[in-house]
Amino acid sequence: MTELLRALGISSLERLRSLGSATIMWLTAMAGLPRRGDLPLLIRQIYTIGVLSLVIIVLSAFSIGAVIALQFYTQLARFGAEDAVGLGLALVLLRELGPVVTALLFAGRAGSAITAEIGLMKSTEQLSSMEMMGVDPLHRIVAPRLWAGLLCMPLLTAIFNVVAIYGGSVVAVSWLGSDPGGFWAGMQDTVELWEDVGKGMLKSLVFAFVVTWIAVWQGYDTEPTAEGIGLATTRTVVMSSVMVLAIDFILTLGMYGDFK
Amino acid sequence: MHMRTIEISVGAFVLAGILAMVVLIVRVSGVTLQTGEESHLVKAEFDDVAGLRVRAKVSMAGVTIGRVSGISVDADYGVAIVEMEINEGAWPLPVDTGAMILTEGILGARYVGLSPGGDPETLAEGEFITNTQGALVLENLIGDLVTRLGAS
Amino acid sequence: MTEDTYIQIRDLHFSRGQRKIFDGLSMDIPRGRITGIMGPSGTGKTTLLRIIGGQVRPDSGQVLVAGNDVCSLSRDELFELRKDMGMLFQSSALFTDLSVYENVAFPLRVHTDLPEDTIRDLVLMKLNAVGLRGARDLFPSELSGGMARRVALARAIALDPDLLMYDEPFTGQDPISMGVLVSLIKNLNLSLGTTNLVVSHDIHETSSIADKLYIISDGKVIGEGAPDELRRDASAWVQQFMHGSPDGPVPFHYPADELVYDVLGDAAP
Repeated sequence: MTELLRALGISSLERLRSLGSATIMWLTAMAGLPRRGDLPLLIRQIYTIGVLSLVIIVLSAFSIGAVIALQFYTQLARFGAEDAVGLGLALVLLRELGPVVTALLFAGRAGSAITAEIGLMKSTEQLSSMEMMGVDPLHRIVAPRLWAGLLCMPLLTAIFNVVAIYGGSVVAVSWLGSDPGGFWAGMQDTVELWEDVGKGMLKSLVFAFVVTWIAVWQGYDTEPTAEGIGLATTRTVVMSSVMVLAIDFILTLGMYGDFK
Repeated sequence: MHMRTIEISVGAFVLAGILAMVVLIVRVSGVTLQTGEESHLVKAEFDDVAGLRVRAKVSMAGVTIGRVSGISVDADYGVAIVEMEINEGAWPLPVDTGAMILTEGILGARYVGLSPGGDPETLAEGEFITNTQGALVLENLIGDLVTRLGAS
Repeated sequence: MTEDTYIQIRDLHFSRGQRKIFDGLSMDIPRGRITGIMGPSGTGKTTLLRIIGGQVRPDSGQVLVAGNDVCSLSRDELFELRKDMGMLFQSSALFTDLSVYENVAFPLRVHTDLPEDTIRDLVLMKLNAVGLRGARDLFPSELSGGMARRVALARAIALDPDLLMYDEPFTGQDPISMGVLVSLIKNLNLSLGTTNLVVSHDIHETSSIADKLYIISDGKVIGEGAPDELRRDASAWVQQFMHGSPDGPVPFHYPADELVYDVLGDAAP
């Protein structure tokens, strides 16, 4: 029993240490605000984090939009309320699915890549040698990835939402023959700029912060072995996904509070 | 890969993202840049506005002529006060204009329907429409029906 | 601290977990010379280099590098100090996403505002010094181990540092590239006057170029002096190490029970 308590104590202390040094890493990296000459680094990271995630985002968005439109249409048609398809689709995407699914895909595509890349740099002593050259890896390696993540996620979310809504309109309007006026006007009448679009973007910014932080930290703190990098990459995807879903619930409660 | 190619694709990506945001703002949330177009404020008291939201349509003869700009409650009289912005084209409204809370389809969104009056006198900016009818609340109707059936 | 001492280490203590790595270590590394630090594997030689570079903080003790107390410098001051240091890692640690040319140009681009032609000239000079000017367009994955180490050396000397640290430069090299590295280190020291610190357990190569040797074991210095002096040292320990005898004060066996007990168990006499 005491053994168990002891192990529990050690592991929670270890978690606390991890959280603490992850916070210090984030603050130190972000404190060295972008300096002159950092733009090429940022651009390269936007490329690997954002541009390369685009294909998976667009493909998933289109099929998710199409599927939701299909389900909504078949259910709403029973009440003769096909016109509400556009509205329902837009609200579901803007408020929940857009930010959440983008963050999950981002964690799987870009987050794991960030962890593996930084982990490999650590295990091959590239980070160490950079430090010995008087170059701060937090500034050179970590910061551009954090910034690029914060910048790319809202853009990817916006693209996801637009593609999904058009994907839905292809199914509802072009294929199932719903009235295009009803589809778009119903959406425009009810969707609100801040309440729906703005808060969704805010969510995606929070997710960007969480996912990039976890991904970079897992790489930075990894055991510098092949096995350690593998574990760290898995942890990035699992932890980010769980955190995104949990935080989404809390944010939804906070943002659209009056459910009862 | 060459830095130039990367720069171009990053530029395209950022542009696409910003365009997507613009589409979300203009096409999806339907915000129109109402520059220059004037609107006029009228108010109306309703005993029940159940389900009416800010930015809901205000229509006359099926044509959208404005939007709901504010909903508040007058606690003294227990009525809802709805503020509406009416587009220049439909202004001025006669004083005996009627306002009604309606529903699009059975389950659709609520909106305010205005029925034109015949009075030559017109409403001034910020004046109240007096001839109003609140929302039909399904539960109340059913409750009413049940009591009547029970009584007969 | 005399004018001729570049690094002064006094009473250094460092432990990792329960294990003591350094237990009252003191050293003086002379300026402009090649100093070898030798000792069996696992005695914390690499850790010592990391402490000098400020990447690892010791538990107690003082480390002065060119008069700066490494342990009390702030993060920014430390990064400033490191511009005067070059370190050759055992794994070479080249940036895998950059070509050989860009690897060597990296410290120049980050720390200087030199125009592109000057950088080009400098990079080609450094690559020429290690004999790899022709390999400038290759990527690290296309290099052999010995070549990678030479590129790393060119990168380490890109900013003409005052101090060059080599972590096991000869390990895992074939005899030819080992010879190339030995003469490179010697020549660089002669031509640039850099203070060199070579951590190694290759006795012959290290003693052939070093002006001074330190032998450490169990966290302490157990022998110091010029290679010739050390060979004549009376201590059995130093004798064992310098001549590479398999058994001696450093036992061949990791501590264990007598073999008979392990094999025969309780039936042992």
